[in-house]
Amino acid sequence: MQPTGMLGEDGIHVDMNHLKTGEVNLGTSIMAINFRDGVILGADSRTTTGAYIANRVTDKLTQVHDTIWCCRSGSAADTQAVADIVHYHLGMYGITNDEPPTTQTAAAMFQELCYDNKDQLTAGMIIAGYDGRHGGQVYSIPLGGSLHKQPYAIGGSGSTYIYGYCDANWKDNMTEAEGVNFVKGALQEAIKWDGSSGGVIRMVVLTAKGANRHLYLPDQQYEGPGMN
Amino acid sequence: MPGFDFSNHNRNAALHAQGVPLPKATSTGTTIVGCIYDGGVVIAADTRATSGPIVADKNCEKLHYIAPQIWCAGAGTAADTEFTTAIISSNLELHALSTGRKPRVVTCMTMLKQHLFRYQGHIGAYLVVAGVDPTGAHLFTVHAHGSTDKLPYVTMGSGSLAAMSVFETQWKSALSKDDAVKLCADAIQAGIFNDLGSGSNVDVCVITAEKTTLMRNYITPNVRESKARNYRFKRGTTAVLNEKVITREEISKYVTVHELDEQSVAGVGEVMDVDS
Repeated sequence: MQPTGMLGEDGIHVDMNHLKTGEVNLGTSIMAINFRDGVILGADSRTTTGAYIANRVTDKLTQVHDTIWCCRSGSAADTQAVADIVHYHLGMYGITNDEPPTTQTAAAMFQELCYDNKDQLTAGMIIAGYDGRHGGQVYSIPLGGSLHKQPYAIGGSGSTYIYGYCDANWKDNMTEAEGVNFVKGALQEAIKWDGSSGGVIRMVVLTAKGANRHLYLPDQQYEGPGMN
Repeated sequence: MPGFDFSNHNRNAALHAQGVPLPKATSTGTTIVGCIYDGGVVIAADTRATSGPIVADKNCEKLHYIAPQIWCAGAGTAADTEFTTAIISSNLELHALSTGRKPRVVTCMTMLKQHLFRYQGHIGAYLVVAGVDPTGAHLFTVHAHGSTDKLPYVTMGSGSLAAMSVFETQWKSALSKDDAVKLCADAIQAGIFNDLGSGSNVDVCVITAEKTTLMRNYITPNVRESKARNYRFKRGTTAVLNEKVITREEISKYVTVHELDEQSVAGVGEVMDVDS
């Protein structure tokens, strides 16, 4: 395979399809937001290999500690490997320090892996968590491996369609119901306009009370079954 | 000079630059499926192996043993599925022995994905992992790059689209064992009949908490008919122009002749040591 960004005699060559052929891709819409009592993570459920949907009910919201979760976009293999490594380290951290890790610690671990291996990885991740010291926090790690603390973060191929929606509808200090509606509304638009996103909408609500999963189905116009 | 010798790599690169194609591996252009039911899990596969447009093996085995209650269906490069499943089977056996517990399906899946991720997709093994362990019945897919999925029914290989269409129209929750076997066999047959890379017979493996049943050639929809006519010419079709009989005495002038009794079919020369 030709490496990305090669300088040949006849100019610069850039490999536009940087994913290896046959690699499983998360052509994705993911997001995470802060709200009054914590954070909410949301994602669509489509994974693709080329034009084929390899999994229509994927879970792109991955737990790495009790109340620290991440949204995965990019290569499925790369993001699963990174999340598995962070999951291991946070488990170790929690036991050796007899205290759960903060979201910032988790985000820093993700950043180190994503930055150090940036040449080999296609991983765009959003980390969100709730800890007793800082409450809810949202961090975004785009492709280059930089780390950004944000009030809310969106990512994946579908996110380009909802920058306007999110900017127009964002409010600080939303209630849980408002937050769920904001995420659901944004992801519905992303799924509607992005061909690589689709399926169900999955959500995780992280508060002082712990993690709570939501599921919204397209055959019920994303109205139910709701939280469980 | 001590160390590794990379001259073959340079040779291959030079050859490749001159337009010499890489040798083609035998791939299992395949249909493999799996399905969970109440109390167990079923996996199934077709039995065609191809090398480009040639059918390399009409009745190969794509269902691989990992542990007594964990089996794997393999698509992709035949050699890679064979060796990855063998090495993980070996490591899982050692793991089970050292922990003194039955191996778990998630453990097997994690070992496979970490092995395949390390090789960045160069090991072309696409696997359906299924099994029953103390935590229940499980079903996973593992792709060559190291990504995994967990679903109630799965398909992989070139015939996966045909097979998935059967699952998407016929699957229901709360299947019986016979329902699940029928559904998997139907999905494989969809691959056999509609995908050029798949063909021949259906192999099925049923795993329950009690036992594992491998049903080799569960369905054989492509039995070879016996030939209605043959092209052997009758004795005497061609006229004999001349005839010469060479006696043993005559041939003995040129070669050594040994007398053989009826039993010794093995022929002349030293007897070879073989495992009995």
